[in-house]
Amino acid sequence: MDLVKNALGRMVPTEVNGKPAIPFPGVGKHRPSGRKACPPIPTCLDYPEDGNKVVADLRTALERAGIRNGMTLSTHHHFRDGDTLSLQLFDLCAEMGLKDLVWYPSAAFPCHASITKHLDSGVIHHIEGSLNGPLGDYCAQGKMRGLGVLRSHGGRAQAIQDGEIHIDIAVIAAPTADQFGNANGVHGNSACGVLGYADADVTYADRTIIVTNNLVPFPAIPIQLSGTYVDMVVRQDNIGDPGKIVSGTTQITRSPDRLYIAELTAKFIRDSGIMRDGFSFQGGAGGVSLAFAIYLADMMKQAGVKASWLHGGSTRYLVKMLEDGIAPALVDGQAFDLEAVRSIAVNRGHIETSPLTSYNFHAKGNNVSLLDVAVLGATEVDPNFNANVVTHSDGRLRHGIGGWQNCMHARCTILSVPAMRDRMPVIVDEVTTLCAPGELVDVIVTELGLAINPLRQDLLDAVKGKGLPVRSIQDIKSEVERICGKPARPKHGDKVVAVVKWVDGTVLDSVYQVG
Amino acid sequence: MSAVTVGRRGPDVRSDLWVELELRKSGGIELNLKSKVDFMYREANRQLVHYTLRTLGVEHARVDIEDTGALPFVIMARLETAVRRAVLSGSKVHSPESQVPPCLPAPGPSFALPSARDRWRRSRLYLPGNEPRFMLNARIHKPDAVILDLEDSVPAPDKDAALAVVRNALYALDFGYCERMVRINPLPAGLEEVEPLVHAGVNVILIPKCESAEQVKSVDARISSALSSLATRNSQLETYLMPIVETCEGMFKAREIAGASPRIVALTYGLEDYLLDLGGIKTPAGLESLWARSQVANAAKAAGVQAIDTVFADVDDMAALRASCQAAKELGFEGKGCIHPRQVPVVNEAFTPSPAEIEQAQHVVLAFKEAQAQGRSVVNVGSKMIDPPVVERALRTIAVAVSLGRLAPDWDATLVTPSALCHSEERNDEESRPQQQQGEIPPIATPSLRRNDRRMEG
Repeated sequence: MDLVKNALGRMVPTEVNGKPAIPFPGVGKHRPSGRKACPPIPTCLDYPEDGNKVVADLRTALERAGIRNGMTLSTHHHFRDGDTLSLQLFDLCAEMGLKDLVWYPSAAFPCHASITKHLDSGVIHHIEGSLNGPLGDYCAQGKMRGLGVLRSHGGRAQAIQDGEIHIDIAVIAAPTADQFGNANGVHGNSACGVLGYADADVTYADRTIIVTNNLVPFPAIPIQLSGTYVDMVVRQDNIGDPGKIVSGTTQITRSPDRLYIAELTAKFIRDSGIMRDGFSFQGGAGGVSLAFAIYLADMMKQAGVKASWLHGGSTRYLVKMLEDGIAPALVDGQAFDLEAVRSIAVNRGHIETSPLTSYNFHAKGNNVSLLDVAVLGATEVDPNFNANVVTHSDGRLRHGIGGWQNCMHARCTILSVPAMRDRMPVIVDEVTTLCAPGELVDVIVTELGLAINPLRQDLLDAVKGKGLPVRSIQDIKSEVERICGKPARPKHGDKVVAVVKWVDGTVLDSVYQVG
Repeated sequence: MSAVTVGRRGPDVRSDLWVELELRKSGGIELNLKSKVDFMYREANRQLVHYTLRTLGVEHARVDIEDTGALPFVIMARLETAVRRAVLSGSKVHSPESQVPPCLPAPGPSFALPSARDRWRRSRLYLPGNEPRFMLNARIHKPDAVILDLEDSVPAPDKDAALAVVRNALYALDFGYCERMVRINPLPAGLEEVEPLVHAGVNVILIPKCESAEQVKSVDARISSALSSLATRNSQLETYLMPIVETCEGMFKAREIAGASPRIVALTYGLEDYLLDLGGIKTPAGLESLWARSQVANAAKAAGVQAIDTVFADVDDMAALRASCQAAKELGFEGKGCIHPRQVPVVNEAFTPSPAEIEQAQHVVLAFKEAQAQGRSVVNVGSKMIDPPVVERALRTIAVAVSLGRLAPDWDATLVTPSALCHSEERNDEESRPQQQQGEIPPIATPSLRRNDRRMEG
C-alpha cells in the first residue's frame, strides 16, 4: 500500500478499499466538484397501487431487493447497544449463503461482537463505520479483509451523498411504520426517539426495507422517514431494545474528579461570556460532556440567561432545560436516554434533525457551525491541540468518531478530558491517531486546569482576571509527566488497518495494526 | 521461604500494584512484571522496581507484579511493604522494621509545606490510606485539609501497606493549599506511625479514641524526637495535633486533652464510636449527643484551640448536611469532616460568613469606629445598643471574611457595598496558586489573636 504524507504530516493511503482517496490537504482546503450521487429512477408501476408494501419477512424482502454477494448493506444505531436488527440481518445473510458484503452501520456497539464470526466466515468483507470493542480489536489486529473506514456522522452522510459509498440495500428498524413505509421512532413499544441516522440511507440507497414491530394504519404520524423512498415493509416482533440506549458513554459520570472537570467547563462557558442570552450549545456522549450541561443549566438559572437552542444527542438534562423554559428548542439527532424518547413525542420545541442537515460539510451550511459552543471528550490531545478520539495510546480502536469531528466547526470547541487516565497521560507529545486538526480545538479542560489554544486570543482575553485556572497546555503536560513519568512512545505495526476520514472525505490519518 | 503479597489486582482494580515477593539467598532478582501500561512504562517500571529493591537492600528475590497503572509512589510503597512483610515473616523473632531502610519518592510541590496554627479548617476531606487513586486529585475539590486515614478506613491486615502509601503520598503528591493531616491508629500502635509521618512533612496528626492528656503527650514526645532528628533539614517544620474524642471517658477529659500539648490546634470528636460507648441512639435531632458536642466545643475554646465537628454520613443529602453544619456552627464549631468531595463546597460555604452576616458585621464595626472617633463609649446601630462582645464578634467575622477573600482588606476605606465584595474567594484561590507552588505559606486566618494569648496564660 502506498502511503503519502498529508498536510499535517500523517502518512495515509491514496486508495481505500479500491477507491481513490484524497490525502487531507488542510482545514478548508478541499473543494468538492461534480454532482451528488443519485439512486435509480423508480416508477409507481413497480409498486402496489394500494400502497401496501408489506412482505412476509426480512428474507423475502432481501431476496426481492435482489441481494447478492458484494453488496453494501446499511443499518442505523438509534437503539445503540440495544440493536438486534443488524445481527439478525447478517445471520440471515449467512443462512442465504451470501459472501463479501460490506456493512455500513451508522455506529457499532459492544452488542455487535458476534459480527466477527461473519467477518471470519467471509459473509462480511469489511465494515465501514465506527469500530470499537471486539470489532475494534478485530480490525486493529489486522484480521479484517478491507480497510476500516472511520467517519464522523456528518462524514458518513457526506460519503453517501457524494457517492463515495453506494448503499445497495438500507435495512431500517422503525419503531412505528405504516404499510406504505412511512416511519417514525416516536411511538410503539420500541420507541427510540428520532430516526435521523437513516435519513441519508433511505434517500440515497437503491433499495430500502423498513422493519417494524408496530405496523399502524396509514399514515404513521409523525412521518420522520417518508414511504416515498421505501421499497418494502417487514413486520416482525423484535427490532431492537430501547432499554439499552443508555450504556457506557451515555451514562453520567459519578467520579468527583470528572464532575469537577464538567463544572469547570461550565464555568469557562459562563465566565468567557459565551453563556449569554440567545446562545446555543451541544454536549456529546461521554460522562463529562453529559454532566457539564447540568452545571451550566444551574448557572443559566442563576444568571437568568436563556439559550436559543440546544443540539443533542439529547438527554434528560437537555429535556429538562427545554421543559424548564431555559431553551425554547432542542434539535435532536439521537436519543441518549428514554426521557429524550418521551420528550420528542410531547414537546413541540423538541425537533428532529439528521446528519445530512446538522453535520454534513458538503452542504449549503450545517447546524453545527451555528453553535456557540460544543463540549466533547477525547482520548488524547497534543501540545498543538491536535486530538484523537478513536484509539487509545495503546493503538487499539476504542470509540467511534460520532459527531465529534463535525462539532469542531462550532464557534468554540471544548475538549473536557482528564489529564491522565490511571497512569496514561491524555496530553501527549503526539496523538496516536489524528482525528481533529488542532487549529479547530479551542479549549482543553482538565482536572489540572484549562488550556486555551493560543490561536484564540479572544478567548484568552475574555477570561483574563476571571479567576479560572488557565494554564498553557505544555504546563499541564509537564505536570502530568511529573506525576506519571514521561511515557515511552508506544510502538505500532507498519500495516494500515483503517483510515480516519475528515468531514470533507479526505484522509486525515491511518490506524496501524497492533499485536 | 514463603512468598508474601501486597496490593490488589483484578478487573475492577485501577491504579494499584499487586506484588508477590519471595526473598531468596541467591540468583538475583527474578522479575515477572505484567502491566496495563506496559506500552508506555515498561522500561521505566523495570528500572523503578530494581531501584526500589536495591534501596531496600534486596538482592535476591522472585517478584511477581500485576500493575493496573500504579503511579511511581505507589509502586515504591507496595514494594517496600512487600519487602518488610517478607523480612518479618522470614525471621523467627520479630525484627524491628527499621532493618529495612525506607525508599522514598522524590519530593513533590507540596512536600513539607508548613501550615499555621490558626489557619482555616472549615472542611477536612477523609481519604482512605490504602486507596492511592483517591489522593491524587483531592486538592481540586478545595477542602481546607485532607486527612489521609490510617485508622477506620484501613482493614487491619493492610495497616502497614497504608502507612507506606500515605507516607509516600505526603512526599510525592501535590496537595496544593490543603493542610495535610493524617489520622493515625489508636495508641499504642499509632505511636509507631508518628516518625515516618513527621519526616514526610505531615502538618497535623489526628489521635483517634483519645482519652487522656498522657496519650497526647506521648504522641507529642514522638513528634519532638522525630523533629529533632530532622532539625538540620528543615527547622521551620512543625507538626500539630488534633485529638479525636470518641468515648465517654474522653468526653469527660476533653478539657484536659485539649490543653495537653502546645501542638494541639483543634479538638474534634467521633460520633459513631461515642454513641456506641454511650449506648445512645442516633436521632436526626441529635439530642443524644448534645452534651458531648457542647463539651467538645467548650473544652476546645477553653483551651484556646479550634472546635471541629465530626463527619456527616449521608453523601447524597446536601440539605441535611447544611442543617448539620448550621447546628455545629451554632454550638461554636468552626469546621466539619467530609467523607466525599461533593460535601466540601457545602461545608466550606456553611463555615464561611454569609454575605448577610458580613454586612451586619460591617454595620457594627462602622458604628463602633464612629463611636470611637467621637469619643463615645456607647455603640449604636439604628435603635439598638451594641454590647462589646457583639463588636468583638463582628470584628472577628470581618477578619474571617477578609482572610477568605470575601471582603477587601480596605473595605472600610472604600465603603463599597458589601454585596459587591462577596464573590471572589475561588478566584483568589486559583489565581494565586502559582505563587503558592513556589513555596509560599497557604492563606492563614487569624480571626482571634486572643486564642494564643489565652493558651499561654493557661
